Amino acid sequence: MSPDMVTLTVDGVEVRVAPGTPVIEAAARAGVSVPHYCYHPGIPSRPAQCRMCLVEVEGQPKLQPSCVLASGDGMVIHTTSEAAEEARKSVIEFLLLNHPLDCPICDAAGQCNLQDYAFETRQLSSRFHDEKLVLGRDRVADDILYFGDRCIICTRCVRFMSDVAGDEALIVAQRGHKAYIDTFPGKDLDHPFQGNIVDVCPVGALVHEDFLFKARAWDLDRAPSVCSGCSTGCNVTLDVKENQIVRLKPRFNPDVNSYWMCDYGRKHLVMSNRGVRAEVPLVREGDRLVPTTWEGALDRAAASLETTSGGAAVVSPHACNESLFYFRRLLERVGTEGGSFRVDQGDTATLEGFPKLQLRADRAPNVSGAESLGFSRGDDWSAASGGALLVLEDALADAPEDLVEGRSFFLFLGSRLSPLARRADVVLPVATFAEMDGTFTNFEGRVQRFQQALTPPGMARPGWMALSALLARLGDGEATTAASDAFAALAAATPAFEGLEWDAIGFRGVARDAAAVGEGA
Amino acid sequence: MGYPHDHDLEVRTLLSEHMGDPKARELETWRTYGGYEALKQALGMEPDDITEVVKESGLRGRGGAGFPTGMKWSFMPKEDGQPHYLCCNADESEPGAFKDREILRWTPHLLIEGCLIAARAIRAEHTYIYVRGEYFPYTRILNAAVVEAYEAGIIGDKVMGSKWSCDVTVHIGAGAYIAGEETGLMSSLMGGRAEPWIKPPFPAQAGVFGKPTTVNNVETLAAVPMILSNGAEWYRQWGTEKSAGTKLWCCSGHLVRPGNYELELGLPLAEIIHDVCGGAPDGKKVKAVIPGGSSTALLTGDELDCVTTYEGLAEAGSSLGTASPIVMDEDTNIVAAIRRIAEFYAHESCGQCVQCREGTSWIAKILRRIEHGDGHMDDIDTLYHLCEQMTGRTICVLADSVVFPLRSSLDKFRAEYEALMPRSSVVAGA
Repeated sequence: MSPDMVTLTVDGVEVRVAPGTPVIEAAARAGVSVPHYCYHPGIPSRPAQCRMCLVEVEGQPKLQPSCVLASGDGMVIHTTSEAAEEARKSVIEFLLLNHPLDCPICDAAGQCNLQDYAFETRQLSSRFHDEKLVLGRDRVADDILYFGDRCIICTRCVRFMSDVAGDEALIVAQRGHKAYIDTFPGKDLDHPFQGNIVDVCPVGALVHEDFLFKARAWDLDRAPSVCSGCSTGCNVTLDVKENQIVRLKPRFNPDVNSYWMCDYGRKHLVMSNRGVRAEVPLVREGDRLVPTTWEGALDRAAASLETTSGGAAVVSPHACNESLFYFRRLLERVGTEGGSFRVDQGDTATLEGFPKLQLRADRAPNVSGAESLGFSRGDDWSAASGGALLVLEDALADAPEDLVEGRSFFLFLGSRLSPLARRADVVLPVATFAEMDGTFTNFEGRVQRFQQALTPPGMARPGWMALSALLARLGDGEATTAASDAFAALAAATPAFEGLEWDAIGFRGVARDAAAVGEGA
Repeated sequence: MGYPHDHDLEVRTLLSEHMGDPKARELETWRTYGGYEALKQALGMEPDDITEVVKESGLRGRGGAGFPTGMKWSFMPKEDGQPHYLCCNADESEPGAFKDREILRWTPHLLIEGCLIAARAIRAEHTYIYVRGEYFPYTRILNAAVVEAYEAGIIGDKVMGSKWSCDVTVHIGAGAYIAGEETGLMSSLMGGRAEPWIKPPFPAQAGVFGKPTTVNNVETLAAVPMILSNGAEWYRQWGTEKSAGTKLWCCSGHLVRPGNYELELGLPLAEIIHDVCGGAPDGKKVKAVIPGGSSTALLTGDELDCVTTYEGLAEAGSSLGTASPIVMDEDTNIVAAIRRIAEFYAHESCGQCVQCREGTSWIAKILRRIEHGDGHMDDIDTLYHLCEQMTGRTICVLADSVVFPLRSSLDKFRAEYEALMPRSSVVAGA
């Protein structure tokens, strides 16, 4: 035991923490969740102003705010004593005085801390007979609305902008019961990470306009995933309604994105709902592509590949490691080397308070993964002519015509069909990352898992599933239907993934270098 | 008005000796009154010795809380290599208080001298005088004195030819009651909203600009030069053991002779109200007195025999506060008076803490309703309950400030509240 630790008791549970740890965090370690509003673990300033986290400390006459109270040795904390509960209940009553109780039309209903704590404290009625204050709504940014009546002035949004984003664009205007959140006079809220103010809002005061009235929180299905907007690979939750991604929420990962994500990432994925998808395997008959079964398409592709050698390969940095791995095997089988991918480029942005979190120029989630599997970044489409052309998940939207010309066989695995892709001999419709399980490797080599959030359209299948089935037909291994098996095959055969295990990656990811070091020892 | 006021009792004129004398504002005249002699003396003393004298004098903070001044100074770190700051709290905003105003108005050099001595004692090289925004005319007087003192080498580089330098900056507030709370004052001084912050950190650890800071009231600092010149024992000849010295009393309301009086601590409150100020006009009875400014518990006209010391008024269930009795005669509508006070605090709540932000305006709404005859007997229970919920649960004591007068009025004048209830409500509540 480290000598510089203190032991305190929270609701009868002993917990050892570093001295000075806020009691609210010590309590969390003891399994006690203290209700709070203004405290947010990712926002450094602690004004202790919501008075919701007041706890009783034995030997102290007044209730203390646990968000700023430093843990001391021998402290005895009660979070559910009569005094603490009564105080909490009264805070809820105060907050509900002017709160409109428009939960039936509020986006936050079902994920609202005011609603939750009102039920938890059973503070469901009010002695308030007077007129409520009406503040109305306002637009604080292009895509963010502010409902002043719902606001509880916890100032998390103001402090996210000042402490984390480093842009004092938001302020509390007026004071007392007339206080509301506004942009600083003469300033606009226009920051690449501003969407996080909606996430930190504990009630429904700040809402994204593009989510407004779209879904009830309890109707959403959620899947842990990884943002595919850039090579940072922010950990996110995909919120899905009726098989459409309706919004993304950042998922805490101290090694990648903390509690945050950028606005580009949020919008990028919601946009991915759009467009016409490749839903059925297609095979060429003369100058037409005709729908067929998976068996039919795979048999046709296998037969063609048996007689092919050499050619060119194009992949996408949006493909997952597992798909890229089987694709590499397929290329080896066919005798094709190399393979290139293109990465869309965009503006960069850094979150000042957590500088590791950047919107990176590489607008694809798996650039490192593609590189570690032997593919190389290149704008040069004039790869080896002749032989076969094998394409994985690059839509060929910008490819020159001569890429597909004079090929003995053209296999296209993708989710959307561009005019050039329609010239393929066999089209295998594949799922996007949101529609399957798999892994991406982010810019610094961190291997991160994502989980299926959507059902793929039509007959589309994960790329790795299609490719492993194709390889099985060519006598190379067995078809797999589980991403974990695909990953195990990848890890067994690829030095860059050596020693990694599907379960161990979990949903926090594993830094590949660290794992490799551990394995090598 | 003449200054000091005509009155029957002998009042002390230590702080207020030169009030009413416009010449006293000028450095030249001020020097002939013995101005800046105490500073000269302080410059030859060790900082800790200055603190020791003030400690022994028993001087307590005149801003309301009555914290021993010397002890406050002794909390400042020594030889820590960081800049220290002195903040003079001239944000006099407590309803009923108008004593600091008079010091700024008549004897600005006295305040500057007190500031410099205090700054020397706490090893500060910069003093901020935070003046309430509404005190614009007095700020001009203060500014003129500061300029004079700079030109005379009293402020600035090498104070009065010594090795020690100290700057003085006059900062004008933007009109928030809560900027008079020391952490609120520092938030405002640093360019933010006047929002109090939770302690720790205490100002002596990390105050303005994150550096060790002492915040003292104008009247406190103005008392320092004479204490230093005459010694701690001299100052202790007035007042009591625990409440030494004299105090400016701001007497307002229904009085024959309202005004500012410098009185030694320890007189019976009744003597101040009736003898010094002549009691209520037209021979009316005094119904209630809020003794220490609007944030203190009110006393009835029969409770005025208490002693006007920090401890005496605490014993009487109220507080000396800023020594600003607001007197209400027998015709006063207590509910309306308390409603007005509640409205003030609702208006001035900074809005950080939920209890204060929502509670003060709720109280004002209930009181307004009762006053207009739309009350309900439940309202009194609700008000009592709100008092409980708002006491001791917030960052600063603004919420408590409305509770003291409210609860005491409910305790002592409940019948007045009940009389305003509609009859049906009284029956229902019975």
